[in-house]
Order: sequence, then C-alpha cells, then structure tokens
Amino acid sequence: MTRNAPPSIPGTPVFTGVQAVRGYALNHLCYSLNDAANRATFKDDPMAYCARYNLTPEQTEAVRSLNVLAMIAAGGNVYYLAKLAGVYGLGVQDIGAQQTGVSLEEFKQKLLEAAH
Amino acid sequence: MAKIVGGLATSHVPAIGKAMSEQKFQDPYWKSFFEGYEPARAWLEKTKPDIAVVFYNDHGLNFFLDNLPTFAVGAAPEYGNADEGWGLPVVAPYPGDPALSWRLIEDLVAEEFDVSTCQQMKVDHAFWIPMALLWPGAQRPVRVIPIEINTVQHPLPSAKRCFKLGQAVARSIAGWDKDLKVVVMGTGGLSHQLEGERAGFINKEFDLQCLEDIVAHPEKLTGYSNFELVELAGSQGVELLMWLAMRAAMGPEAQVVTSSYHVPISNTAAGLLVLEPKARAMAEAV
Repeated sequence: MTRNAPPSIPGTPVFTGVQAVRGYALNHLCYSLNDAANRATFKDDPMAYCARYNLTPEQTEAVRSLNVLAMIAAGGNVYYLAKLAGVYGLGVQDIGAQQTGVSLEEFKQKLLEAAH
Repeated sequence: MAKIVGGLATSHVPAIGKAMSEQKFQDPYWKSFFEGYEPARAWLEKTKPDIAVVFYNDHGLNFFLDNLPTFAVGAAPEYGNADEGWGLPVVAPYPGDPALSWRLIEDLVAEEFDVSTCQQMKVDHAFWIPMALLWPGAQRPVRVIPIEINTVQHPLPSAKRCFKLGQAVARSIAGWDKDLKVVVMGTGGLSHQLEGERAGFINKEFDLQCLEDIVAHPEKLTGYSNFELVELAGSQGVELLMWLAMRAAMGPEAQVVTSSYHVPISNTAAGLLVLEPKARAMAEAV
C-alpha cells in the first residue's frame, strides 16, 4: 500500500503510479497505435505485436480476448486502451457497454436517462 | 498592456469533433448542444481576442508515461494535431507566439511553478475541439499558448494548485507590455467516466452545483481532493481542474456571459461556461 493509495470507489479503477508501472508494456503498445502503419501491423498479427511490446501473459490474454476490464486490471489506462479499441472500430460507448455488462443500446439509454 | 477579457470553459468530447466533421449541426441529438455555443461565438466576435491561453489535458498524443509532465507550457511557433488512433479527422495547425510563451514560462518559474517547456507540442482533441467550437472551420484568428495539465496518471496536481496556476498566469498576462486582448480557456468535463463497472457515470446534481460554485465560490471546489472529484464527477470528471485554472485567471469576481449544460454527449455531461472578469465589466459600465 503506497502512502497515497486511492480510496475504494466502487467500479472505479484509479490509474496511479502503481498501475502505471504494472501496465507500462500494454499502454506502450496502445500508444504506438497512434500510428496508422503500426495499427496495420497490429491487426495483421495481434499476438506477434503483443510479443514485440513484451506484454505479460495476463496482458496478452486480455488483448486476445478484447476484455477491457481485464486490460485495466493488468494496468491498462483507458486513454491508451481507446486507441486499441479504435483498431476494432469500437468507441467509448462500446467499451462502456462491455465493462458494465449491457448491450450498446442499453448503455446509451442509461446515458440518456442521466439527463433527468 | 495586455488584458484578460474573458474566460471560456467547454467539454472536449471526441464525438463532438466527429459530429462537426460530419456537419451534424441540425441532427436531433446534436442541435441543442451546438446552439449552446452561439452566444459564446457572438461574444468572441464582439470581443475579438488576440491570444488564447488554453489549459487542456493530453490523452496520449504528445505525452506518454515515459515522460509525463504535471504542467507543460507550449513554446512553439505552431501546434499541430495528429492521428489519435480512433478515426478523428486531423485538423490544421494553430499559430503560437513563442515570445509570449517564454514570457509566461519565465514568470511562472519565477513564481515557483516548475513547468516543462515544449518547443514542439502536438495538441489533441482536448485542444482543438474547443477551439473549433468557438472558432469554427479553418479560421485561426487567435495565437495560442497551450498549457497541458496531467490528468492521466495520479497523483494529479490538486485543484488548489491548478487554481493557483491560473492566478499566476493572470499575473503574468497583466505584465505583458503589449496591447493584447487575451482569453483564458479550460477544456474538459463535466462529469463522466469511461472505465470500470461504473463507466457511464454522470452526476447532474454535482455538475449544476459546479457551474454555480465556480463563478461565485470557486474555493468550494478547490477544497476537493482529486479522489473526491473522481468519486463525485467520475474518473474523467476530474478535468474540472482545467476549468478551475481558467476561473482563477478571471480574478476574485467574475460574471457569466453564457453557460450551457447538456446530457449526454457520448458518455459525458457536456458543459460550457463563458466568464468576464467583473472589474472589467464595471469599468466599461462607468
């Protein structure tokens, strides 16, 4: 436990230095996907790309299964993960639906209801 | 002498950039959102600022975890945008003003804000979407000084510290010996959360209170810790930090030119706030 450990906020991962260390390789891979040529290389063989960026087995499995919560548990930061999602044509609402275990339509409906 | 003529804070949701590029201004989902910016643009057309100092947060375009500044001030002749990986159009660069940037940097460091300095700096959607909402299309009528604040990796600078940074920026601007009209901008917010089982979290009650407090009682907001802000406004709702830096630059009292609040835009409660420093309004009324 670090001195400035975040409080436990239900359903809310907080990206601290500890997470940044744990997730460095995964986030580094995602950051590289700003580049269109890298996105093409990744898409061609995602597992080879994971190996090139030295992802841990846990991170590699999370990428293979496209499981966002597992990526976050492995140190992924959502700003970088969004770039990985983009390779698959997925946006923040798609990954929001996946993480909350509802359909995209249900997720959008929940957001609309927040207006009231 | 240079003068701060106003402050603008707005959300910077990527979906806004996409909607602008697809000209969705009359689309039912977007119409009232975009209409909220008309009074802000009218105010800018009347005020005609020369310079915009823009507090924003990078989302992994210019900065990565290998070297992540807490505060980074642009000192580039121009600031280009680039591919962020998920399909937004890349927009034309924004002109900078290196001489003013260095003046600001010297003043901030003299005030013990030990900022990073960037002679090259790519600006992401958090910078250009607010600019494009306020000055649409290809026009680039203001020169810009971006100030990037880390909201990627905790510990983030505190709300109190960001507020003090905004005050220091205002003191620097007041000392610029050129006849310039300056606006200060803050981008991001309001409540939203992209990650975790609480993704999609929006707190309308807190946002509406923020829109009131930031004008008249910003000290209520600077009293929050960043973890408290995460809990109340969502992981990305902590972007309120940029709004507070903008508010601080308005001086002790500010008045509202226009504001709007729109839920949802994508996963976000979108807000807009345009302020004028009160002393100026009074001086003009006399």
